Amino acid sequence: MREAVLKLDVAGHREAAGAVSRVAPPRLGVEELVYEVGGRRLIDGATVTLAPDTRTVVMGPNGSGKSLLMRLVTGLIQPTAGRISWDGAPLDEAMRKRQALVFQRPVLLRRSVAENLDFVLRLRGRAEPARRDALLAEVGLEGHARQPARLLSGGEQQRLALARALATEPAVLVLDEPTANLDPASTHLIEEIVGRAHDRGTKVIWVTHDIGQARRLADDIVFLSAGRIATHAPAAMFFARPATEAARAYLEGRIHIGQ
Amino acid sequence: MHEIAASFRLAVSLIASGDRELLEIILLSLRVSLSAMAVSCLIGLPLGALLAISRFRGRDGVLIVVNALMGLPPVVVGLLVYLWLSRSGPLGWMGLLYTPAAMIIAQTILITPIIVALSRQVIEDLDGEYRELFRSLSVPWHGRIGALIWDGRFSLLTVALAGFGRAVAEVGAVIIVGGNIDNLTRVMTTAIALETSKGDLPLALALGIVLLSLALAINAAVMSIRLTAERHAYA
Repeated sequence: MREAVLKLDVAGHREAAGAVSRVAPPRLGVEELVYEVGGRRLIDGATVTLAPDTRTVVMGPNGSGKSLLMRLVTGLIQPTAGRISWDGAPLDEAMRKRQALVFQRPVLLRRSVAENLDFVLRLRGRAEPARRDALLAEVGLEGHARQPARLLSGGEQQRLALARALATEPAVLVLDEPTANLDPASTHLIEEIVGRAHDRGTKVIWVTHDIGQARRLADDIVFLSAGRIATHAPAAMFFARPATEAARAYLEGRIHIGQ
Repeated sequence: MHEIAASFRLAVSLIASGDRELLEIILLSLRVSLSAMAVSCLIGLPLGALLAISRFRGRDGVLIVVNALMGLPPVVVGLLVYLWLSRSGPLGWMGLLYTPAAMIIAQTILITPIIVALSRQVIEDLDGEYRELFRSLSVPWHGRIGALIWDGRFSLLTVALAGFGRAVAEVGAVIIVGGNIDNLTRVMTTAIALETSKGDLPLALALGIVLLSLALAINAAVMSIRLTAERHAYA
């Protein structure tokens, strides 16, 4: 078994959408992470350090454990073994509030667009119409505030989910294949919004299958294979000289058997 | 067949005549059953939501009990409330027996399990959809309950209607704790029971038709409000 250490450093005091100041992000570490179901080890350890302020792209074939790793990192599920820490302290509620997760299929409340955002802003004690309007403008939904959220198009729904994540002023933004079901134009919009969030100092972890997207976005790549982190490398190096056969096979579109 | 036709004619003429006594009975029936429904919703919806989002040892047992209580016999509820409210009972000093308040209490006890059990199912389905979102946003349990009840409000209207239907149609509990006193505690169902016992079957049947029409009208009104509101709220 390989052991896992996933460290994520984000720092600085920056401005979020709507000119909101943010508390300096903490350091996230995941060590010796294991997740087992029915005796089957779905996450089997990894050792990786993520530089602060980078856009990290997590790649790997279906079933490699990408989404699972993100759910573990964000505390949605509990690991079988291993440790997740923020600035060396265990992942607690206060720390969880400083991260945001965007799912592949956006889960929207059965309310209007504005009320979806108000719900989160109220949770964070920042229910200000100006803040909500700034977020809607940030994701290009300013004309849809009163519209039922579930009547939006797929791309608009995902942008609303993204606005909701940004409403929490996250230190770390985790996106689990947010553009997997979207057309190129919608994908581009999402990438732009996330890019701006990153420019304002949010650490971005983006799960994707799309090699082109990874090339566009990634500062560094974490490549998973069979529940293990097979490679972690700067994006340029990963694409130029993939260090493992699994990564090479994935990039070349070949089927790779084994790890 | 002839009797049924005569009852229909009688029911229509009763409604058309604007009979004051009938109007009083209808209004009291509505007051008692709608009040019981409102109180049951206030108690039952949060309880149903709490059950929906909670995971604890013995939860399955609690669900079985709550589901079983949906079939509470009205006479048993009436008897228990009677024992509590009678002069020698623990709450006898309140002097509530044979008043509409006692009938509201009995019907509330009768339909609260229905509200809890059905709302639990509705909210649990919705929670399955929202659970990860709420966890990722660190929504506290009371915030979850509030959001689930609010977002499930249109489905929960049907739950409330089921409770109302049970309340307005029952006779066993209200006749025991209300006493079927003319101009005080007589409601549609107890009036029907009385007329049946007196052998005035056409009048009893006519009252039954009025009661049925009333229930239909309320259901139609609520469902129409629900559909209109739903159309404006979400797809």
